[in-house]
Amino acid sequence: MLDFFELVKKSLPTLLEGTFVTIKLTILIVAMGLILGLILAFCQIYGSKPLRIAVAIYDRIFRSIPELVLLLLIFYGMPGIGLRLSPFYAAVVALGLRAAAYMGQIFRGSFMSVGSDQLTAAYSLGMSEYKAFIYVIFPQAMRAFIPPFANEYAIILKDTSLAYAIGVVELLRQGQYIITVEYEPLPIFLAIAGIYFVLTFGVARLLKKLENKLKIPGIGV
Amino acid sequence: MAGKPLLRVVNVKKSFGDKVVLDGVSLTLNKGETKVIIGPSGTGKSTLLKSINRLVVPDEGEIWLEETEIIRCKNINAVRQKIGYVFQDFGLFHHLTALENVMIGLTKVKKMPKKEAVEKARYELNRVGLSGIEDLYPAQLSGGQKQRVAIARALAMEPKLMLFDEPTSALDPELIGEVLAVMKELAESKMTMLVVTHEMGFARSVSDEIIFIEKGKIVEQTSPEKMFRDPEHQRTREFLFKLKDLYGEGGE
Ligand SMILES: Nc1ncnc2c1ncn2[C@@H]1O[C@H](COP(=O)(O)OP(=O)(O)O)[C@@H](O)[C@H]1O
Ligand SMILES: [Mg+2]
Repeated sequence: MLDFFELVKKSLPTLLEGTFVTIKLTILIVAMGLILGLILAFCQIYGSKPLRIAVAIYDRIFRSIPELVLLLLIFYGMPGIGLRLSPFYAAVVALGLRAAAYMGQIFRGSFMSVGSDQLTAAYSLGMSEYKAFIYVIFPQAMRAFIPPFANEYAIILKDTSLAYAIGVVELLRQGQYIITVEYEPLPIFLAIAGIYFVLTFGVARLLKKLENKLKIPGIGV
Repeated sequence: MAGKPLLRVVNVKKSFGDKVVLDGVSLTLNKGETKVIIGPSGTGKSTLLKSINRLVVPDEGEIWLEETEIIRCKNINAVRQKIGYVFQDFGLFHHLTALENVMIGLTKVKKMPKKEAVEKARYELNRVGLSGIEDLYPAQLSGGQKQRVAIARALAMEPKLMLFDEPTSALDPELIGEVLAVMKELAESKMTMLVVTHEMGFARSVSDEIIFIEKGKIVEQTSPEKMFRDPEHQRTREFLFKLKDLYGEGGE
């Protein structure tokens, strides 16, 4: 038992190094998902018909291909067309493109959750589409956005471990290195699992707090 | 009182696909007048009201608010500020308190300083009998209170014209009275109003004229006295008879 904790303690700095990479991956993928997803959602809601169809095709593609296949495709396949990415950025791009498809749907759902009666009322007051979006749709959509976003965040964080497959030295791979040296899989894998748990659960709690703070009185009590 | 009408709707036509919804509607409203529109459901009443602030764009015709033609004007947002619109389903902003709902048009559209807007919003809420609920959110209000907040929000913009589209249809019967009372007071204070409603008591006691629309056309438009005592058209008679069945006699 003592060995168990000793080993974890000894490995912790290396694991934290990996954790840092995992966090960096997560942040970049979430950011890419948010920005690209927002653009996709706008195109789908306000865009012309061809644009909406393009978004639908994008959506279908990135929801249908397994992430591991996406990762391998971007990392090993892209150099074939002259686009060579480091394992780290290949992972960001592959997982970010996928995240954008999901975030786009989440954004769209949150924008649509604001009733058209409120939009009509906003226009009747003389608000432009822009003002109606900023003052009426956005503040409410943001609230609807948080719960599904929390869910998607957890998926993104956990799926960064797939980057292991193309050689990104993130948390899981750092653990593997330790295991090949120490030959003690159980404590190391448990420690890795624990770190993922803290990252997932901790942020979920924070987002839940934010959600409660923003809750509109009288709704959902 | 003489002079040009405040609102002039001239031969407005609108189709959705090949369904003709407004089939050449014309009406005028002088300053200070209240007119009530009645008619079967699906007959174009809402489409007519929406055309007046261009939430729906008519295919043909003209709509004049004083010197401005609405269908073709460049700055529709400026026109909409002058037209208060009250909907059946309130359209209150869920994330804002009653006070903020009334303020938002003032601060974000009219660019009024916040302090002034607070005062104005309080005044308007007081005017519709809602002092004390300023800080409640729509979900915490009754239907009648919601609709009165919506009226206050529209009034705060100091509109020249108020449009009401079945403002009491979504309300429980016991809450209808408080909204009608506010509207009646508004009419008496010489606000210019165009009201779609089947509250015949209100129509009888408040309106200068009742307009009966069916299938996108004005069938009859006359004073409440004549409308109820001796309408010209058989169709009007039948419709009023049906209304009586549905809503009762609708006295005071
Ligand atoms: N945006 C729209 N697209 C297609 N049809 C519509 C639209 N708005 C209204 N209609 C149709 O126009 C007709 C008249 O609607 P409306 O003006 O709401 O009637 P009312 O208010 O008298 O009940 C209805 O048959 C309705 O289905
Ligand atoms: Mg209607």
